[in-house]
Amino acid sequence: MSVVKMKLNGKAVSGDVEARTLLVDFIRQYQGMTGTHVGCDTSQCGACVVHVNGKAIKSCTTLAVACEGAEVTTVEGLAKGGDLHAMQAAFKEHHGLQCGFCTPGMIMSAIDIVKRNGKNVSEDVIRRELSGNICRCTGYHNIVKAVQAGAANM
Amino acid sequence: MENFNYHRPATVLAAAAMLKKSKDGKYMGGGHTLLPTMKQGLASPTDIIDLTAIKNFGGIKLSKTMVTIKAGTTHMEVATSKEIKKAIPALAEMAGKIGGVHVRHKGTIGGSIANADPAADYPSACLGLGATIETNKRKIEADKFFTGMFETALKAGEIITAVHFPIPKKSAHQKFPNPASRYALTGVFLSQDAKGKVRVGVTGAAASAFRATDIEAALAKDFSAKSASSVKIAAKGLMSDMHATAAYRAHLVSVLAGRAVAAAK
Ligand SMILES: Cc1cc2nc3c(=O)[nH]c(=O)nc-3n(C[C@H](O)[C@H](O)[C@H](O)COP(=O)(O)OP(=O)(O)OC[C@H]3O[C@@H](n4cnc5c(N)ncnc54)[C@H](O)[C@@H]3O)c2cc1C
Ligand code: FES
Ligand code: FES
Repeated sequence: MSVVKMKLNGKAVSGDVEARTLLVDFIRQYQGMTGTHVGCDTSQCGACVVHVNGKAIKSCTTLAVACEGAEVTTVEGLAKGGDLHAMQAAFKEHHGLQCGFCTPGMIMSAIDIVKRNGKNVSEDVIRRELSGNICRCTGYHNIVKAVQAGAANM
Repeated sequence: MENFNYHRPATVLAAAAMLKKSKDGKYMGGGHTLLPTMKQGLASPTDIIDLTAIKNFGGIKLSKTMVTIKAGTTHMEVATSKEIKKAIPALAEMAGKIGGVHVRHKGTIGGSIANADPAADYPSACLGLGATIETNKRKIEADKFFTGMFETALKAGEIITAVHFPIPKKSAHQKFPNPASRYALTGVFLSQDAKGKVRVGVTGAAASAFRATDIEAALAKDFSAKSASSVKIAAKGLMSDMHATAAYRAHLVSVLAGRAVAAAK
């Protein structure tokens, strides 16, 4: 076991973890933040996406110990007080979810897409860049609509 | 996933020493092959030696004739590099088609090549461009590097430090992705150098990436899409699985090579 320290949603946190502890388990089990989901065993679904040092990554395929000193943002870190982040609001407005299991990962990926491609990101780029996020419910149309609307308001 | 000892060396020398000292250690680049494999219980190293904290382990350098990509460079960095887009646009394009965004943010060129997955994209670019793979010990030509399924010319403990890609006159990458995994069901990387020499690297079709020498010969005579796509590739020896038969993959090789010629720039 060794102590790992990082910044989680702006707050300094630490935990005594095993080397094999995944970042997603550190977030969910050590920090009690269950917004980040685990949808697969194969690094394919994207339900676990968080930002580490500003980049969208899969927290199920990242070691907690490797995030020593990192800045980590999860879906819980987006809203300011009672105000949803523009991307969260757009998912609500455009019905970009049904069961909601994929939604935290979708939103974290969506914000990363806008950061890299700008507010006017095209539907084509959104669809291509969401390829690492799987949704079992919606059929993606409303997710893409939500991302485009959210992008414009970011 | 079994537990292990985690190390984060600051130099290549220290990393090599740590691996030597470990019972059954593994290097880790982006961890996007190693960790999924460990989660499946298919690997359980005693030690993980994380290469990502090594100074100057990543980065892109250009000369008039060569693009050098250091081992720790991520797929995203290659895909978005202005210099690579200008010098070898097909290489940046190929890196941009690896997995999804999250995989590209973490996966590295060194890890991809060391792993030599039969469906990985970089091996086709290494063969298709005639790259040289540099390690902490020596330089290895791509033609001699990929020796079998997940097998390479690397010796135990050897660390890839950089890959050197000669800048061709024209090149193109064509990939038929497996729609679920995004890996190449079959992929073709083609280049033509200033002297007219053509190289065609193929991935996803056989146990190991290979050069389609029949297509290269046809293109040496007539560099046209039709000339490439009319070469019949033998299905014997190619992979057959739930995703595609060997015959389907053989067909894809010439179809994709034809498209690559048409797209080459
Ligand atoms: C969902 C998903 C989709 C993917 N899709 C694709 C795809 O479409 N195309 C594709 O090509 N790949 C794909 N990949 C694989 C991805 O590109 C991997 O990141 C890459 O193959 C391995 O790179 P890595 O840096 O993550 O290596 P790691 O997983 O860290 O290491 C892989 C192996 O290489 C060794 N190694 C690592 N670095 C070095 C080094 N410098 N020197 C010597 N040995 C080293 C390790 O010990 C290990 O055995 C996908 C992966 C995932 C999870
Ligand atoms: S939980 Fe499925 S990709 Fe991370
Ligand atoms: S809303 Fe159910 S998985 Fe996407």
